[in-house]
Amino acid sequence: MLNSTLNRREFLAAGGSLVVSFAIAPGALAQQSAPVKTVSAGEVDGFLAIGADGTVTVYSGKVELGTGVRTALMQIAAEELDVPLGRIKMVEGDTLLTPDQGATTSSVSISRGGMEIRRAAATARAALIGEAAKVLGVPAEQLTTENGAVVSPTDGRNVPYSRLVGGKNFSLKLDAKARVKDPKSYRLVGKPVARVDIPAKVAGTFVFMHDFRVPGMLHARVIRPPTMRGRLTSLDDAAARKIPGYVSTVRKNDFVAVVARDEWAAIRAARAVRTDWAKWEGLPEKAKLWEFVRATPVARDDVTQNTGNAADALKTAPRTLKATFDFAIHTHGSIGPSCAIARWQDGNLTCWTASQQTHELRKQLADMFGVKHDNVRCIYLEGSGCYGRNGHEDAAADAALLARETGQPVRVQWSREDEHVWDPKGPPTLIDYAAGLDERGNVVAWTSDAYIPQGQSVSRATLIAADLAGMPKDASHPGSIQQQLAIQYGFPNVRTVAHRLADTPFRPSWIRTPGRMQNTFGNEVFVDEIAQASGADPLEFRIRHLKDQRGIEVLERLARLANWQPRDKVSRRQTGNVVSGRGVSYMKYELVRTYVGAVAEVEVNRKSGEVRVTRFYVAHDCGQIINPDGLKNQIEGCIIQTTSRALLEDLQFNRSTVTSRDWVGYPILRFPDIPDVVIDLIDRPAETPWGAGEPTAAVVPSAISNAVFDAVGVRLRSVPFTPGKVLAALRAI
Amino acid sequence: MAQAHTLNVNGKKLQVEADDPQMPLLYALRNNLGLTGPHFGCGLAQCGACTVLVAGKAVRSCSFPLAAAAGKEIVTLEGLGAPGKPHPLQQAFIDEQAVQCGYCINGMIMQAKALLDANKSPTDVQIKQALAGNLCRCGVHLRIVRAVQRAAKMMA
Repeated sequence: MLNSTLNRREFLAAGGSLVVSFAIAPGALAQQSAPVKTVSAGEVDGFLAIGADGTVTVYSGKVELGTGVRTALMQIAAEELDVPLGRIKMVEGDTLLTPDQGATTSSVSISRGGMEIRRAAATARAALIGEAAKVLGVPAEQLTTENGAVVSPTDGRNVPYSRLVGGKNFSLKLDAKARVKDPKSYRLVGKPVARVDIPAKVAGTFVFMHDFRVPGMLHARVIRPPTMRGRLTSLDDAAARKIPGYVSTVRKNDFVAVVARDEWAAIRAARAVRTDWAKWEGLPEKAKLWEFVRATPVARDDVTQNTGNAADALKTAPRTLKATFDFAIHTHGSIGPSCAIARWQDGNLTCWTASQQTHELRKQLADMFGVKHDNVRCIYLEGSGCYGRNGHEDAAADAALLARETGQPVRVQWSREDEHVWDPKGPPTLIDYAAGLDERGNVVAWTSDAYIPQGQSVSRATLIAADLAGMPKDASHPGSIQQQLAIQYGFPNVRTVAHRLADTPFRPSWIRTPGRMQNTFGNEVFVDEIAQASGADPLEFRIRHLKDQRGIEVLERLARLANWQPRDKVSRRQTGNVVSGRGVSYMKYELVRTYVGAVAEVEVNRKSGEVRVTRFYVAHDCGQIINPDGLKNQIEGCIIQTTSRALLEDLQFNRSTVTSRDWVGYPILRFPDIPDVVIDLIDRPAETPWGAGEPTAAVVPSAISNAVFDAVGVRLRSVPFTPGKVLAALRAI
Repeated sequence: MAQAHTLNVNGKKLQVEADDPQMPLLYALRNNLGLTGPHFGCGLAQCGACTVLVAGKAVRSCSFPLAAAAGKEIVTLEGLGAPGKPHPLQQAFIDEQAVQCGYCINGMIMQAKALLDANKSPTDVQIKQALAGNLCRCGVHLRIVRAVQRAAKMMA
């Protein structure tokens, strides 16, 4: 039986059987007498186990979110250990088995997660060679590794890893100095290895979170308030009770849900429950959102760059430019609404979840229920792509609460409306810019003032169930959204400030490229405006103000890829309603990693105001490339998803709640409007590998805006670029 | 009272017990029959993640009543092929690596199947039109179009 002091092995043995076919390493289950598996990120055993059959199990705190990172991490481990890819098994995001490598966010699954695995594998390989040296009686320096064995090239003898360590622990600290393989000898890293998850996904046999089942499980639907701060005044479930399959109605303060034996019964019963809620109209008027943001008290200022004296330089500059940028509230828009399963047994909670941060969720759930962190185990299963912190964690909290209240395992599946209305939102972003130019058009001052929600070092979002049920809860702190406000160009006087607001209309979280997208939008349109004001070609202007050679190379290769022609008022010569234009944008992610340059090609209909993005060119340098095809897939996804966000997406709401409740109320880009994407990958095998899930998305809105300017001569400074805004801008010329 | 419905799914006659004949086909496939290829995306016939073929036509199983499906030939993603023996469309999606999260991909393949059944060599524009009602959030569209083109050539 489980109890509150159970150790990891007992917990594993008791709880692992349900998921054995998905996640748990066979060896860990079979060996009841084996030592407890460590989850320390400082230990080789935290990351790796080599079984008696030679199978290498990689334990990763970073999880596959649809980005291809599972395959990439397998390539890294297989390469460093010299084992075939097919011998690698992955266990991801199981808090009982995997190290806490931080949330799967910010495009660091390769640069942090992958490099920790590489170090573990390199340490393990060195240890295996050391052991083999004793077995073979050959000095370690003369040994090499190949196909899962240590090989002595001089006499052809070899010892398989399984004989050296099979089923046993390494008991080794990660060695930061362990020799890693020379990239010149790579056989798997850098190759377009086919993703391991795709065959099952296209056959319909892949088990997503939504497809997973637990014996004895009940199905639940939550009943959310009709306002964002719902207070329940009455509940009548008489009609729901008559639905065949109905089990119970769970109410805890303002948290309401219906539990049933099957999913359709849960849906029908939830629809049959009558609830009344207190009126609440605390949201700002949508039409006055930016006034609301500007009037919100500032809790603190984060000065993200302070070079020279920007204020004085601006005052004395003979010529100044000013502009204000805004970026709408976005929802994640996962195609599959969030889903989770939870089970309580003897005070221990097991939660199956598609959370991108199972280790953090585990702590949040433990805090919510007032139990120790060790009493909660979160097991990751892939969900629908989330692109940030969507509703997965909230569905987990719903399921955990309902499982506790009913005493049975409960599966919670959110509705489409639940997801659109209740996922935390990408917060509204407002940025004021000013620049000073001297007589020759040189930039002498740059200032920016961004108005964005508060943040903390730990990125969390309030769990809805905890909030509604009146249980212990966290505040919401979207991750690192002040990043990328500082600028990459060598201007002499620069001051960039993120004014962190005490309040924001909706529970904020992070959506792909959080902050970096909004800030790059402002930065890269404003720098285009400056280039134009100083009579320079925008691409040449960027290169001229960069010192970073890799950044310069990205822009030079981009110019060749796109066959960039210096912009000399080309657009003004076009006639007709539909005119085309090209715009450039560039950024180095967080100013310290992946470089991306992009050129957007657009067509603007001067009569309808419609913007159509026809093609994107991208030059991309993320250092050592692990999987070039996976990388291209991510770049294409960044372009297409962000084109959707830049052209169409704008969360609608009234004074009480979100009114974008489905795909009609929140349209996204469809097949006929997808741009072509042309990519130039710059591979640097000798450099650190960086991420690519987010960086390209950062440059998309600015590249489109700059292309629209090229086409029709107006600056779009407000995302999304709707026909109404385009027409208004055209009328204002 | 639970009623028995006989469904013809992927060439097999299968019994489904359901309290409500208006229950969408999706729940019968996923929960009664364990066919989880079709996915729940919206329940509103807006996104296409639940698409299956009923009598040769692509339908949104989240909004298609069980009773209306009884007796008709139903094909799900699982019915096209298996991991070891994929249908050309499934193989083409593998060859083009036309997946990111893969949650919508059931609908893409089933809608493309309906297209290729009617038009053996569609143009890119025709493929995009045929898939215009299927939503993908990851942005795999370009690869999906290439995969459908590749499948069309494989099946020619």
